[in-house]
Amino acid sequence: MNEGIRYSKKIMDLFLHPKNVGELKDADGVGKVGSAVCGDIMVIYIKVAEQAGKKIIMDTKFRTFGCAAAIASSSMLTEMVKGKTLEEAEKLTWKDIEKALDGLPLVKTHCAVLAIDALKAAIKDYKQKLKGEKE
Amino acid sequence: MKRIYLDNAATTPVAKEVLEAMMPYFSEKFGNASSLHSFGRETRDAVENSREKISKKLNAKEHKIIFTSGGTEANNLALKGVAFANREKGKHIITTKIEHDCVLNACKWLEKKGFDVTYLNVDKEGFIDLNELENAIRNDTIIVSIMHANNEIGTIADLKVVGEICRAKGVYFHSDACQSFCKVPIDLKSFPVDLLTINAHKIYGPKGVGALVIGEGVKIDPLLHGGGHELGLRSGTENVPGIVGFAKAIDVIKEKDVEHMKRLRDMLIEGFSAIEESWLNGPKGDKRLCNNVNFTFRFIEGESLLLYLDSKGIAASTGSACSTRAVEPSHVLTAIGLTAADAHGSLRFSVGKENTEDEIKYVIDVVKESVESLRKISPLTKK
Repeated sequence: MNEGIRYSKKIMDLFLHPKNVGELKDADGVGKVGSAVCGDIMVIYIKVAEQAGKKIIMDTKFRTFGCAAAIASSSMLTEMVKGKTLEEAEKLTWKDIEKALDGLPLVKTHCAVLAIDALKAAIKDYKQKLKGEKE
Repeated sequence: MKRIYLDNAATTPVAKEVLEAMMPYFSEKFGNASSLHSFGRETRDAVENSREKISKKLNAKEHKIIFTSGGTEANNLALKGVAFANREKGKHIITTKIEHDCVLNACKWLEKKGFDVTYLNVDKEGFIDLNELENAIRNDTIIVSIMHANNEIGTIADLKVVGEICRAKGVYFHSDACQSFCKVPIDLKSFPVDLLTINAHKIYGPKGVGALVIGEGVKIDPLLHGGGHELGLRSGTENVPGIVGFAKAIDVIKEKDVEHMKRLRDMLIEGFSAIEESWLNGPKGDKRLCNNVNFTFRFIEGESLLLYLDSKGIAASTGSACSTRAVEPSHVLTAIGLTAADAHGSLRFSVGKENTEDEIKYVIDVVKESVESLRKISPLTKK
């Protein structure tokens, strides 16, 4: 509890200069997770297009209320899923984010978990909207 | 990069004159203060002279000064020591919701051992209600523990008034004065305080040394048993260089330094007040500790702001503690009525006597920019 926290250079770079900050006005899926009580809220926006029969995440944006690890994790997630098919994106785990960030302090691993949860929520939202359109 | 230290409530640097006073007591005058030979006598003299000096500073002729390893130990000794020594009188303890963790966690431990603890509420500025205190004191109450100046929001309690209530009801009064010692006058001849915790590293002295000041006739048991040092209340070979440094440190903060810190404090408060959706936590003016500023900047999270500032060389502090799952909001800020989200968006800046007005101006500018940048990332920001 009192051991202090040290972040990798990658986390600090991404925290101070995050990529893909903002909203997608015409997003196909939005995922919001976390709560202010816990100190983290993440919102992930995805834009999906079909190319050669595959659904591809064309663009992503995020907004995060939270610590440096939360901001870096959500920024990294948006970088990682851009250009991926939905199938590929769904296979991502928090460990992939942790690895891409050159490690996360133990007490901050929940930030990467939260980023994955936000992505899953955005994909679910997209699928539900798609279902709604078909019906 | 130029670095600006605004975390003097966490710790202060050791003043040059303090270090110089300590130096002979490492390799040259190294004797065990309990030894009978000349090596021991010279360090015993140093310890007793230090005790005398601290006693004079507090006008505490009737009190004993028991040196400890710091504020945490002194607070633990006060609470556990008095609780166990007075079990036949009762098992009730009164404290507040905004004490330092070492007081709160000692109380929680005592609850597990069968004691009953009342945690008093505070108002939005961090003051207790004196009627609530009076009504909370029962026949089986043994001790009331209320801190002098709050470490997070700088609220200064009136030791005289609280002490008089406790004395009239016949219960011991303990106060943790780690943040206020040498910044706010404490006169134990006129303040009815039975136990007072003080330490060295918040007043330009070394870490690892503090004291519990104990009034005459207070029944208290030791935490540490051994060779019977410190009147049997704190066994263990005395930390002579630390004790000498502690006594030297009580002269470091002068009246003019207190005034200087107040000016810088009020500059920060005024500067931050210009930021939208932001506010000062704790009282203003003379009821606020001279070096404490605690501000809520809504819609952003404190650790992010802290690290943003750190990247520009500015050192501040959050009241939040990281747990394995998430971040716990500060117990002090929630006690004064902040929501968890607002408590998360709060930062403490504690100035020191060496800070300058130019530094404070720079800090205000950087804080404004940083809050703006982080609000652009936050989903909570109002559009």
